[in-house]
Amino acid sequence: MAALSSRCCFSLGFLVGTCTLYFFLTQVWFERKFSLQLDSQVPSMAGQWGGENQSWRVEGSALISLRYPHLQGKDSRVADQLYKKVRILCWVMTGPDNLETKARHVKATWSRHCNIVIFMSSREDPDFPTVGLGTKEGRDQLYWKTIRAFQYVEQHHSHQADWFLKADDDTFVVVDNLRWILSNYTPDEPIYFGKRFKPYTKQGYMSGGAGYVLSREALRRFVEGFRTKACTHTTSVEDLALGQCLEKMGVLAGDSRDSIHRETFHPFVPEHHLTMKFAKSFWYWNYCYYPIVEGPQCCSDLAVSFHYVDAELMHMLEYYTYHLRAYGYQYRYQPSLPEGVEPDSARTEHSPLGTERDAPGNGSSKL
Amino acid sequence: MISEGSSFIKGMLLGGLFCAVVTLLGNFSTGHQSTTDHHHHHIQVPSKEELLKLPEPKRIELSQSIRVYCAILVQPRELSYWAAVKETWSKHCDKAEFYSPENVKVFHSVNLDTKDKWLMLRNALKHAYANGKGYSWYFVALPSTFAIIENLKFFLLNKDPGQPFYIGHTVKSGELEYAELEGGLVLSVEALRRLVGVFSDSVKCPEQGSVLWKLTEEKELAVCLKYTGVFAENAEDSEGKEIFNTKSVNTLIKEALAEKPQEVVNGCCSDVAITFHGQSPNHMQVLMYGVYRLRPYGHTFHDSLVFLPPVDSDND
Repeated sequence: MAALSSRCCFSLGFLVGTCTLYFFLTQVWFERKFSLQLDSQVPSMAGQWGGENQSWRVEGSALISLRYPHLQGKDSRVADQLYKKVRILCWVMTGPDNLETKARHVKATWSRHCNIVIFMSSREDPDFPTVGLGTKEGRDQLYWKTIRAFQYVEQHHSHQADWFLKADDDTFVVVDNLRWILSNYTPDEPIYFGKRFKPYTKQGYMSGGAGYVLSREALRRFVEGFRTKACTHTTSVEDLALGQCLEKMGVLAGDSRDSIHRETFHPFVPEHHLTMKFAKSFWYWNYCYYPIVEGPQCCSDLAVSFHYVDAELMHMLEYYTYHLRAYGYQYRYQPSLPEGVEPDSARTEHSPLGTERDAPGNGSSKL
Repeated sequence: MISEGSSFIKGMLLGGLFCAVVTLLGNFSTGHQSTTDHHHHHIQVPSKEELLKLPEPKRIELSQSIRVYCAILVQPRELSYWAAVKETWSKHCDKAEFYSPENVKVFHSVNLDTKDKWLMLRNALKHAYANGKGYSWYFVALPSTFAIIENLKFFLLNKDPGQPFYIGHTVKSGELEYAELEGGLVLSVEALRRLVGVFSDSVKCPEQGSVLWKLTEEKELAVCLKYTGVFAENAEDSEGKEIFNTKSVNTLIKEALAEKPQEVVNGCCSDVAITFHGQSPNHMQVLMYGVYRLRPYGHTFHDSLVFLPPVDSDND
């Protein structure tokens, strides 16, 4: 009888011991796994900008890159020099509802290649971070947001950069190629670049969605225009209104095409430009300042921007631009170095198939 | 009373120990299982050190001597994919031959006169071997595959085509490891020679396929090759990333966005990927642009091989 009861106690004890330790173990491991997951999913947003090789600092709502983000396996001497010579401040037009769905992907991809990037919203967000422009949201607010954004940039950052790019949160930009285009101009010239449209203005204006970039002098004149009331909020059509103000202030609309006259700023996604035949009735035919080229020659190898880019395509384009390549392939288009830039190491330049060797914008910048 | 108490405590201790041992064993066995699951043969791209050891004239010679014969198995109803492949990546093969089940007027192809997929594959490979003298490597793909032949050549650079190689995106099905056709697969000339040899053995490698149950053509291929001592191997880059992909870039990026949102592009795909599968015909043009043209100015790769653009082409 006693043996039976002690056996029962033993079994009971065994059960209790097993269960206790089981719960203990699962709790500990669960917590450890959970905290690991937590770590990997919600780090500080600002802490992730740039990735491993980037060093940056936060100044208010501006993310300022301290050195060129090097990528493995590449000789980036020329890009490095241009990074120092052609400093670009990128400001991205976004809004509170788009931070997680759109702006976040811009932050994770192309904006890391800017010298400075600032996200502009109607409302301030210290975590993302974004500047609060004090406007409302909506299409009718676009020009107000643009005016306020440029005023903010001119006030706080005009000495920290040479060129000032505006982009949307669904624009993809290859900042290195923008530096190449701009390397032939100086920031003291009153000039701006983008996808040039022709209607409603004498010299044309730049498409808002494809992004446009102002020289420091152009920025100064734009802000001055509003201070002196030479420019006012005429319409909410932001790109046209800006173009009209700049024209008034004597800022030149530049030719952003590459040295063989292929467009670099694009108002649609790559697939549309490369494969679609635009219907003859489509507004685009009447808007483009330069002749439209359909098919592969629509777009320069050194493209600067595409528009209507969703989150997935944003990362795909970053992969295609900075990562995926054909090993050993000799590009057909091999433009010559801009002035004042040292070539990279020993390899002599060769153009195997008689490729173009002009600098960008040659001859057509003087209007 | 005391003896019961001590029995209880003894039981508790033993129970706790038992639990601990079982959990540890459980983790160990699942850990072990995951390594055996991953127990493919992996081959890597040549390393930088290996390439630097090669003298310059040797590198140029290699760039020119690695010749790839592309065998693309088309279906007449996939005309838009067929057209896309003709206009895009197949221009970078040293020879591209299209194999179809019937006579097609629109494009030139080799008519295999059969709708059976295994028979198609057999006959296509026989034809490739007979007509592909001077080619060291044979790349088999579907028209829904997009391939970057330069990266394939880079991968094959330090492999001897006189040895039997059968490489692609491999999957294990029971005991059989095979390369998935969607991701593209490559055979060395030696592997193809052995394969063509075993085709005439109607016991090991019958035309109607496996007797017991019908396997897909990619599995039948693996079975036949196995009989000749050739086994499927998986390819990866120097970071261990897959270079033959059976998914599209879109899908891979979507998955990376969901699983590794902090390092999407780095975590997604290889810089020297060879294939993707499931891209639309239009997106193949985008890939041509993305691979062969779009790039950031000011960066140079000092690659050890040199490949020139093909003649009469404007999308690369």
